[in-house]
Amino acid sequence: MTATATATPTVPAPHATPVSRPSIARLTLVEVRKMTDTRAGFWLLAVTALAYAAVVVVMLVAADPPDLTFYGILQITMLPAGVLLPVIGILAVTSEWTQRGALTTFTLVPERERIAAAKLLAGFVLAGASVAAGLLFAAAGNAIGIAFFDGDGSWSLTAGALGNAVLFQLINMTIGVAFGMLLMNSALAIVMYFLLPTIWGMLTSMIDALRTPAEWLDLGMTTQPLVDNTMSGSDWPKLAASVGVWLVLPLVAGLARLLRREVS
Amino acid sequence: MISVEHLTKRYGQHTAVNDVSFRCEAGTVTGFLGPNGAGKSTTMRMICGLTPPTVGASTVDGMPYRRLPNPGRRVGVLLDASAQHPGRTGRETLSLAAQVMGVDRGRVDALLKLVGLDPKAGGKRVRQYSLGMRQRLGLAHALLGDPRVLILDEPANGLDPEGIFWMRTVLRDFADRGGTVLLSSHLLREVEAVADRLVVIGGGRVVADGTKEELLAGSGVRVRGLEPEKLEWALTSAGVAVTRTPDGALVAQAEAETVGRTAAAAGLVLLELRTADGGGLEQLFLDLTANGAAATDGATLAADGVAATTDGATLAANAAAKEATR
Repeated sequence: MTATATATPTVPAPHATPVSRPSIARLTLVEVRKMTDTRAGFWLLAVTALAYAAVVVVMLVAADPPDLTFYGILQITMLPAGVLLPVIGILAVTSEWTQRGALTTFTLVPERERIAAAKLLAGFVLAGASVAAGLLFAAAGNAIGIAFFDGDGSWSLTAGALGNAVLFQLINMTIGVAFGMLLMNSALAIVMYFLLPTIWGMLTSMIDALRTPAEWLDLGMTTQPLVDNTMSGSDWPKLAASVGVWLVLPLVAGLARLLRREVS
Repeated sequence: MISVEHLTKRYGQHTAVNDVSFRCEAGTVTGFLGPNGAGKSTTMRMICGLTPPTVGASTVDGMPYRRLPNPGRRVGVLLDASAQHPGRTGRETLSLAAQVMGVDRGRVDALLKLVGLDPKAGGKRVRQYSLGMRQRLGLAHALLGDPRVLILDEPANGLDPEGIFWMRTVLRDFADRGGTVLLSSHLLREVEAVADRLVVIGGGRVVADGTKEELLAGSGVRVRGLEPEKLEWALTSAGVAVTRTPDGALVAQAEAETVGRTAAAAGLVLLELRTADGGGLEQLFLDLTANGAAATDGATLAADGVAATTDGATLAANAAAKEATR
């Protein structure tokens, strides 16, 4: 660091620069990149991929041959993604505060609502990518199942089933982003994200009076039909109610906090 | 150009910034001076739209910062060199900013080179950077969008003397090309060498604001001769008020030219002739720093700030009076 200090400074001449606002698409790409370019982001994605591979292997070895279908294997990959994606969503927001990147982020883009939108959209992109990766792993698993495990090998996948899978991951991811915005601290948000539903689940299983509300507010219960592709008439309002409590409420409160918080 | 008008920030009972106003013109470097905790950083965060002011407003290039469409292309900001994700490399940090601003990727490597971070350093994660390297990365970040205005909070922190000299050269050059620079420091000496204007803040208030010459002029010229007694006699005979300093030099209340001609006329050899160290400003600054360090509660600090304001006003008045009598 000594020889370099003598480098001739050739600062560009200040001039009038054409000014155009960075588009939401560009900001979304930047946010996707920010979710994946740190060591933490990289390892989370790597662990997700490993988890996909692991559940596929377990399924091949343990499941009955008739269950070894393309869609059956896709369903099993949705579980690790459902657990890990929200963590990526949480970190995408909280790392701005815990690693103090917010100072740079909001200096370059003072309209914080645009950053919030870009982070949500980046979450959607990763959620979509997780389903795409699930399809790849399921295809590989199904092919191996046909070849070595006497699997059923059906390749059928309805648009509705795929849509449910995507919706399931979108919900998980967005809840992560919402928790991150609301709590603004990585450790706190991750712990709360896993702890609150668990506590709620314990309470509802112990207290009879809470059994009916649980059907409407336990996200694990209300999203299960999405995973199973068994969504029926009464499942949608239940899903909407639980999403309202676990996603919309923290998201609205989190946005309000994000827009107001002083950055230092 | 930066314009700050009556910026005030209160946190409950505590007033961090109190009615601060000043302007930074294009082509100048403005030193924003004050002891730690004086309100420099809060003021700069308010200018950059990160902290909403309780009262007052500020504009950059005639527009509130938050209304600038792509601020990075207008204003280069370095508020805290440590506020970068430690898990990204220096190059990745700049590349992300370049992507947001829509700046050509080629500028990333050019800027890394400009600030003296070689390709190896650029490929290291920020976690491994020294504070000096982070400052260099921060300056590269600020310059990346080819801005017209620079807002830098304590940019010399952690730089070695060579780095500080280099930083001054960069900033001077930037201003000489028509750029506007606002840089803060808690060390008078650090900005004195590069600033055209000085804004001194203490206890949240502006206590002195003027050109460097105005604020530093009050103190006369320092002169040292081979034969001090004869020099003192010659100057006194010529009607110049002279005081002795402990190290054998004299402080004369006159222009350097007058002192030089007087010495020449008397056939005396001079060893040193320069503007004396900025007595009034330096003293004001030292008082502020001492008070800032000693103060344990906000009330004391605020009260001192008020007292210092009076001093500052006197100082400015003195400077103006001297200017008028010349």
